[in-house]
Amino acid sequence: MKDAVRRNIRFLLNDEEVVLDDISSSQMLLDFLRSGKRLTGTKEGCNEGDCGACTVLVGRLKNGELQYEGVNACICFLGMLDGTHVVSVEYLSATGALHPIQQAMVDFHASQCGFCTPGIVMSLYALFLNTPSPSKTQIEQALQGNLCRCTGYAPIMRAAGNLADEFDAALDPILKNRDIITNRLNAFKNGARIELGDDTDRIIIPANADDFAGCLMENTNATIVSGATDVGLWVTKDMRAISPTFFVGHLDELNQINNDENGLTLGATVSYSDAWKALCDHHPAFNKLISRIGGAQVRNQGTIGGNIANGSPIGDMPPPLITLNATLTLRRGDERRTIPLEDFFMAYGKQNLLKGEFVESVTIPKVPANSHFAIYKISKRRDEDISALLGAFLVTLENDQVTNARIAFGGMAGIPKRAEIVGYALDDKPWTEDVVRAASQHFKEDFSPLTDWRASREYRLKTANNLLLRFYLETTGNLASPTHEAAE
Amino acid sequence: MNKVEHTIPGEVKGSVDKMMPHESAAKHVSGTATYIDDIPEPAGLLHAYLGLTEIAYGRLDALDLEAIKHSDGVVGVLTAADVIGENDISPTHRHDEPVFVEKEISFHGQVLFAVVAETRDAARRAAQKAQVIYSKKDAAIDVLDAVERDYPLVTEPLTLKRGDAAAALEKGTNRIKGRITIGGQDHFYLEGQIALAIPGEDDQMEVWSSTQHPSEIQHMVANVLGVTAAAITCNVRRMGGGFGGKETQGNQFAVIAALAARKFGQAVKLRPDRDDDMIITGKRHDCVGDYDVAFDDEGVIEALDAVFYSRCGYSADLSGPVTDRTLFHTDNCYYIPDVHLRSQPLKTNTVSNTAFRGFGGPQGVMASERIIEEIAYAVGKDTLDIRKANFYAKDRDITPYHQTVEDNIILQLVEELEKTSDYQARRKEVLAFNEHSRIMRKGIALTPVKFGISFTATWMNQAGALVHIYQDGSVHLNHGGTEMGQGLNLKVAQVVADALQVDLDQIQVTTTTTGKVPNTSPTAASSGSDLNAMAALDACNQIKARLVDFAVDHFGVPGDQVIFLPGHVQVGDELLPFANFIKQAYFARTHLSAAGYYKTPKVHWDRATGKGRPFYYFAYGASVCEVTIDRLTGEYTVDRVDILHDVGKSLNPMIDVGQIEGGFIQGMGWLTTEELWWDEQGQLRTHAPSTYKIPLASDMPREFNVALANWSENRENTIKRSKAVGEPPLMLASSVVEALSMAVASVADYKECPRLDTPVTPERVLMACERLGAV
Repeated sequence: MKDAVRRNIRFLLNDEEVVLDDISSSQMLLDFLRSGKRLTGTKEGCNEGDCGACTVLVGRLKNGELQYEGVNACICFLGMLDGTHVVSVEYLSATGALHPIQQAMVDFHASQCGFCTPGIVMSLYALFLNTPSPSKTQIEQALQGNLCRCTGYAPIMRAAGNLADEFDAALDPILKNRDIITNRLNAFKNGARIELGDDTDRIIIPANADDFAGCLMENTNATIVSGATDVGLWVTKDMRAISPTFFVGHLDELNQINNDENGLTLGATVSYSDAWKALCDHHPAFNKLISRIGGAQVRNQGTIGGNIANGSPIGDMPPPLITLNATLTLRRGDERRTIPLEDFFMAYGKQNLLKGEFVESVTIPKVPANSHFAIYKISKRRDEDISALLGAFLVTLENDQVTNARIAFGGMAGIPKRAEIVGYALDDKPWTEDVVRAASQHFKEDFSPLTDWRASREYRLKTANNLLLRFYLETTGNLASPTHEAAE
Repeated sequence: MNKVEHTIPGEVKGSVDKMMPHESAAKHVSGTATYIDDIPEPAGLLHAYLGLTEIAYGRLDALDLEAIKHSDGVVGVLTAADVIGENDISPTHRHDEPVFVEKEISFHGQVLFAVVAETRDAARRAAQKAQVIYSKKDAAIDVLDAVERDYPLVTEPLTLKRGDAAAALEKGTNRIKGRITIGGQDHFYLEGQIALAIPGEDDQMEVWSSTQHPSEIQHMVANVLGVTAAAITCNVRRMGGGFGGKETQGNQFAVIAALAARKFGQAVKLRPDRDDDMIITGKRHDCVGDYDVAFDDEGVIEALDAVFYSRCGYSADLSGPVTDRTLFHTDNCYYIPDVHLRSQPLKTNTVSNTAFRGFGGPQGVMASERIIEEIAYAVGKDTLDIRKANFYAKDRDITPYHQTVEDNIILQLVEELEKTSDYQARRKEVLAFNEHSRIMRKGIALTPVKFGISFTATWMNQAGALVHIYQDGSVHLNHGGTEMGQGLNLKVAQVVADALQVDLDQIQVTTTTTGKVPNTSPTAASSGSDLNAMAALDACNQIKARLVDFAVDHFGVPGDQVIFLPGHVQVGDELLPFANFIKQAYFARTHLSAAGYYKTPKVHWDRATGKGRPFYYFAYGASVCEVTIDRLTGEYTVDRVDILHDVGKSLNPMIDVGQIEGGFIQGMGWLTTEELWWDEQGQLRTHAPSTYKIPLASDMPREFNVALANWSENRENTIKRSKAVGEPPLMLASSVVEALSMAVASVADYKECPRLDTPVTPERVLMACERLGAV
C-alpha cells in the first residue's frame, strides 16, 4: 500500500485550490488565513474557540452531499481540511457588492467596533444556508458561539430577523457554485492515506477506519484528533506538541448513526450537530442539552466520541449516557470489546483504554418503558458555558413505586459519576416528595465536589439536592421544565 | 451660473440628527476594516512576547534567560536593564508602575521580560523557558485582606460631605447599616491589546497602538525611550472595542514594542494571547461599600454615611479619579440632606485596576440603589415609591459635592417610562404570580440613572481638530478622539457636514494621530463627541469665516449674503456649487485649513474641599426589568426590559440607541454572569471566554424596548444640544439586580432586603433564596 500514500493535503480556499505538503501537525487554519494568505477579514479574538471572531465556513461532502458548517478557524488544524471547501468572509463580497447578510448588518447598525462582525456574518451565513426563515431561537442558537461586546446583540438580531427567506441562488457565492464545488471536491478524493512530515513532526490522515486501526497500533503514542475542540486548546493555549497526529474526523465508518433494537449507536466522530436530531428522537430531553453545549461552531466540530474519550469530569454527554446504561465499543487493531460507559472512567484523567485502542462508537439503549428521564445542565451563563454541574435522572416506576433509579452527575467528582447511594435510597420506594427529599440527603455521601471559579462546593451539593426535587415535581406535573429553552 | 430660484438644494446627506449606520459598517461586515494586526507587516518585522511573574507578591532573586536566548528564532530579550529612559508607565506619574519588574513583584502576571523573535510563535514558545527564583511574601488579594493587613492606599482618598451626617444619623427616625460587595469586570474588548513600533530617523518612533489615548502613548514611549515627545508619533485608525480598557492599559505594550524596535533597529509588533491580555491588564474596580443610612417613616432619606473600599491593585493607575467617581454617584438621583462619603483606594497584590465604562460611577449607583431597597423593605413600600420620594427636586437639589442639579428631568422621565412600560399593572401581576408559584418567582424593578458628564480632572476637558478643504471641495477631517466602535468619527463628520453643508461622502475622516492634533485627552468619560465635534465645528467656522471674507472681497457682496446651502454656497443671488466656490477661493489665496479647539466652559473642581462644579451637565435614564428565577437552582431569565434614555437632542439616533442597547447588556453582564475569580495564590483563574462569561445573544432580555427621551434638549450649549451617551446606559442594568432581588425577596414575603451582592450569579440567587427560606 506504500504507493497509495499521498504526501499533501488539498482543499479549496474560496476560489483557490490549495495544495500543502509542508505543514506541521499543530498548524491552525486561522494563522494560515491571516499570515499565510493575508486574508485578514477572519479575526483572532480568543484563540480557543469561544468567541467566534474567526468563524469560517467549511464545506464537506457528507454522503455525497456538500454541506457547509461554521467552524472556529483558531482551533481547526490544517490537517483536518483535506477535501474541503474553506470559505472566508472575503468570499461573500468578492464581486464588490455586499451579500444580503452583510447589507442587513449595515442597514440595522449591527456593527460597532466591527471586530466580531465578520464572524457574526459567517455564523448567520451558515444558518441561512441550512435553515431559511429561521426562528428567533434558531438565530440565537446560531450565534451562541459568537461574542459581541458592543451592540448587546439587539441590532444583530434585528438584521437577522429581517433577512429575506432565501438568497438569490444566481448571486449567492455558495449557492451558485454548489455543483462546481461538489465536482472539485469529488476530484480531490483518491482514497489514499495521507502522510506528511517526518519523525520530528508527523501527520497521518488514514484512508479508512481499518487503515486507522492498523496505523494506530504502530503509533500508540499518537494524538487522535477528530473535531479538535479539546486538542486544539492543548496547542493554542498550552503549546503542547501533539505529533504524531491522526486526523480522523473525515472517516465515514466512524461517522455513522444507527438506530436498531439495541438502541442508538453513534460513531465516535459524529459531531454534536449531526447527532442532535437522532438524540432528540431517542429522547426529547437531549434537545435542551445539545442546544447548550458550546456554540454552533463547537457543535459542528466537537464529537460525541471525543467528549467521552478525553475523560473530562465536566463533559456533558457522559452523565446522561451513563444513566441510560450506554455501552462503549473500543477497537484495537481488529479486536473489539464492548464495556459499560460507566466503567470507562476509572479516575481523573485515567480511562479504560489500552495502547493502540480507540473509541469506535457508543450505543445508547432505549429509555425503558414507564420511565422519566431528564437532564439538567447548570452553568453561570446559560449558553456556551462549561457546566458547574450536570445531572441526569432516570426513574422507572411501577404503580408509583420506583423500580429503578439511576442518577449521574458531571462536575461533582473527578469523573462523571453515578449517585449510587441516592439511587439506592429511591429504589423500591414510593415516588413521593418525602422519599425524594430523604434520598437527596445522600448526595453528600455520593459526592464531595470542589469549589472553583464555576461554583462553590456548597452550591454544587445544594443544587444536586434540589435538582432531584425539580425532577420529581416535573414528573408529577407540578412544575414545568425550565423556561427559555430551545424550541427545535 | 444658476439663479437661486432655479435650484433649491435639498438636504445634505448625512447631516446631524440623521439615522446613519457606522462610517465603517461596510468594511466591518466585509472584513476589510483594518485593525493593527491586519496592517501589512513591514519588512523584517520582529515579534515580542512577554514573560510573566508566577507569584503574587515577593522579590525577584534570579532571572535566568539563557535558554530563551538560545531558542529557535529568538533575536534577544529585554528586561528592566534595557529601559533607556524611565522604567515607569504610571499615567499619573507616581513611579509606581514599572515597564518590567526590577526587584519587587507586585502581582501574579506582572511583566518580567520580553522575548523578541522572528515569529510570534517563536517568541511565545521561548517566553516559557525562563528560570526564575522568587522569594514569596504573604499577599493581600482582595480588599478585605488589604484592610485586615493594614495595606496602604495607592492614592489620596476623597471625602465628600455636606451638613453633619453623624449628628443626623444619631437622631434619625430609622437607621440601617449594611454592606454591599460589588464585583469587578474585565473589558473583554474583542480586539486584544496590540502595538506596532516602527523606528525612524534619529530618535523618531512611529507607534500604532490600540489605544483610547494616543497622546499618553506618545508621552510614555518618549519617557521610556528617553527622548522628546516630538520624536514620537502615535496612530490609531480604530480599535476593536475599548470600554476604558485601552485608556492606560496600552502603555505597557506600546513602550515594550518601542524599546525592542529601538534596540534591534527593526519594526516590532507585540500582541499578547487573550489569556495573557486578561491577566496583564487592569479591570473595573470591585469594592465593598459600608453604608449607614437614616430615613423617616415615609422612606425619605435623612442622612447617609458611606465608605467604599476599592481593590485598586498594586499601583495607582487611574484609581484616584475612578474611586472619586464612585462617591460622585453614590447619590445617583437622590437628595441626601446630611451626607458623608469616603473612598478607600486600597493597594492589593493584584493587577492594577483601571478605567471601565462608568469609571467608578456604576459602583456608587449600585450602592445607592441598594440603600433605596433597604429603605423600601423597611417601610414596606415599592422601591419605586421610595425612589420618587428621594429624587432631586426644587430646593432639594444640592449634591454631596455642592454642585446644584440644574437640569433635573428624572421625575418626568421615570413617570413616562412607568406609563409606557405599564409598570404598575405588571407589578401587580408579578405579585399575584408569586403568590401561587412555589418554585418559579418573578421580580420587577424600575431604576433611574443620573450621570455627571465631564472629566473630573478639569484640564482634560479640552480637544482639538484639524479640517482641510481641498481644491475639489472634498474635506479631510481629523480630530483628537479615537474610534472604538462608538461612532465618534461619524458623529463628528455629521457635524462637519452640517457646518459646511457638504454631503457626508465628501468628508474623509482619517487616522487619529498625535502628529495632526497634539495634546489630546483620552477618548473617555463619554466626552468624545462633546469635545471633538465642538473642536471640529470651531475649525469649520474658522474656514467659513475666511470663505465669507473671500466672497465679500471677490464677489462684492455683503457678508450676510454669503450663505452655505446643501452642496452649494449662495453668494448674493448666485448659487455656486461648493467645489466651484472652493476652487475660486483657492485661486484667490484663501487658507482652506484650520485647527479647531474647544474647552468645556463652567467646570471647576476643588478636590481638597470637595466642592465645585465637576460636571457640565447630567445625562439621565431609567429602565424597567422583569425577571423569573428558579428557586431550586438559582437560574433565571430576564424576561423584559424597557428603557427610556436621555441623550439630549440626538446627533444620530441610530448610534445613540446602539450605545444604549450595548451599554445595558454590558452592564447586565457585569452584574450577572461576569465573575472574576482569584485563587488563594492570587492567580486570576477567569482569564479567557471559556471561564469569564460575557452575555450572549440568548442572554438578551426576551423583550427589549429602547426609546430616546426625544423631548429632551441639553440646557447647556453642547454640540447641537446633544448629550453624551457612552457610559450612562451601562448603569441602567441596575434594574436587573433589583428585579432579581424582588424575586428573591418573595421567598420571605418581601419582609427582608435580600442584599444581593454582584455579580448576581445563579449561585448567589440560590444562596440568597436559601437564606430567606427553604422550598
